[in-house]
Amino acid sequence: MGGEIKPCVLAARIRKARRNAGASSFVLDVSIEVSHGITILFGPSGAGKSTLLDCIAGLTRPDEGRIAVGGDVLFDSSRKIYREAQNRRIAYVFQTLALFPHLTTEENVAYGLSSLQPEKRRERVEEILTAFRVEKLRKQKPGAISGGEKQRVALARSLVTEPGVLLLDEPLTGLDAELKAAIVDDLRAWNAAKRIPILYVTHTREEVDALGERVLAMDNGHIVSAGAPMEVLDAPRRKKLAQAAGFENVLGGTVLDLREPDGVMRVRLDESICEIEVPLGYAAAGVHVKVAIRAGDILLAVERPIGLSARNVMEGRIVSLEQRGTMVVARVDCGVLFIVHVTPGAVRALGLAAERRVWLVLKTHSCHIVE
Amino acid sequence: MDALWLSMKLAVCVAAILLAIGMPVAYWLAYSKWRGKFLLESVVALPLVLPPTVLGFYALVAMGPRGPLGKLWIALFGHGLAFTFGGLILASVLYSFPFAVQPLVSSFESVDRKLLDASAVLGAGSFRTFWRVILPLSLPGVVTAVVLSFAHTLGEFGVVLMVGGNLAGVTRTVSIDIYDRVQSLEYGEANRMALLLLVISFAVLSVVYAVNRRVWTPWAAK
Repeated sequence: MGGEIKPCVLAARIRKARRNAGASSFVLDVSIEVSHGITILFGPSGAGKSTLLDCIAGLTRPDEGRIAVGGDVLFDSSRKIYREAQNRRIAYVFQTLALFPHLTTEENVAYGLSSLQPEKRRERVEEILTAFRVEKLRKQKPGAISGGEKQRVALARSLVTEPGVLLLDEPLTGLDAELKAAIVDDLRAWNAAKRIPILYVTHTREEVDALGERVLAMDNGHIVSAGAPMEVLDAPRRKKLAQAAGFENVLGGTVLDLREPDGVMRVRLDESICEIEVPLGYAAAGVHVKVAIRAGDILLAVERPIGLSARNVMEGRIVSLEQRGTMVVARVDCGVLFIVHVTPGAVRALGLAAERRVWLVLKTHSCHIVE
Repeated sequence: MDALWLSMKLAVCVAAILLAIGMPVAYWLAYSKWRGKFLLESVVALPLVLPPTVLGFYALVAMGPRGPLGKLWIALFGHGLAFTFGGLILASVLYSFPFAVQPLVSSFESVDRKLLDASAVLGAGSFRTFWRVILPLSLPGVVTAVVLSFAHTLGEFGVVLMVGGNLAGVTRTVSIDIYDRVQSLEYGEANRMALLLLVISFAVLSVVYAVNRRVWTPWAAK
């Protein structure tokens, strides 16, 4: 295994108050550890994801904390260590990519290699252009190449310097899924040998599902949960995160009682007589909670269903139906308004229409307590 | 024609000096986060609003044998600064300062900050970033700064009259020469010089506007 780079870990403990004029001042206060492979940093916009990356890269100075890659300390407020961005060996691909518009692909990629001999430099550039399949574009300027190609060039430019960490700030937004997957495959292939920590920021659920190995969920300046994508995103604990993760229904309610033997608790939804059963959570009777439910997890029936394992059946009335692409969004009034996704086929087969009386069926485990 | 040659020589020297000192000043004005920056901005813009005679007056006093600059100059070179070509250059540099600095500041400021961040994370220090990214992307601003300081120096009158006086071959620039000839009713000669200056100024400004409108910019980014 000689010559292989020992995998290292990015460890960062950062506190930074952002003093904006006006309302949106907040405190970034996180402690993360990122090992090799792709870790997703997920959260709604404004959660502090980009500020965190800027702190790690050295573009923004944290108020206090410590940042280290392996044994290499980049920042330590207690020991007054602060290494400038240009000496950190951290690669950073911005959302806007920031390719130099006056330089060709080749010159862009060679930019970070100024300390090498010309011969060695040419070799490295050639190698990475091939690895990211942009070798044919070497004489083109960024203005002349397509979006997906630009993203490949930006990745190549960052990685050619053999960085210790790679930070990606929504670099693949605006690409279709297939193109995105192809680029990610190339990135994975490259990292199979280098084994560096990659921190990938996104606010879309699809990207988490496509890339996910490990997820850090962030909201309002804090890491709110960490783990495998399924665990983190399917049990979100914050309302904004729940909405970002595709929970269309976030409803307030009061815990009525806990039924520990059944593993459930009953929640009465605010301003209605609806009672639903949700999985037992960290709550006591009388506590106000928020329940998040995906619109796609709700079943819709035109007659009162019987003989189901699902515990929550609610009667209601369709307020509106609205076709969105290959999906129909139904608003159903059960005392509180629910958003339900159904297929156009189901609308036809059941003869759904506004004012129609329907029953909603909810599995207990489709109801997630947030906050 | 002596006068025109002298004016050209003066304008070239002033443009070169202004480019050299204008760049660091403009860089600082564009990127410094110091809150008192507006003070220096105001000082830089002063020659735009001051009558040339006021600027010329202070320059003359400073350069005179009892002024601080004059004393220093005499101590160093054994002769005074006022009414010399050197004095003329110094006063012209002050007078044309905003014409060089302001185009540089605005073109430096218009360079996307993310490109500077990208340069930093790729390991470049601020000097390399300036040389490889900021300057190439600010070339239209640099051309504007050079051409404007050249043209503005070529056409100045009040400051030259105050600090240079009217010494043929030493400080008699083309604008002073024209004034002289009108005073002595040599209208034909005055007209010839005036027309020449008009044509040169028009040509120079055309270059500036062509560059900024990107009618032709061989280094254009997009």
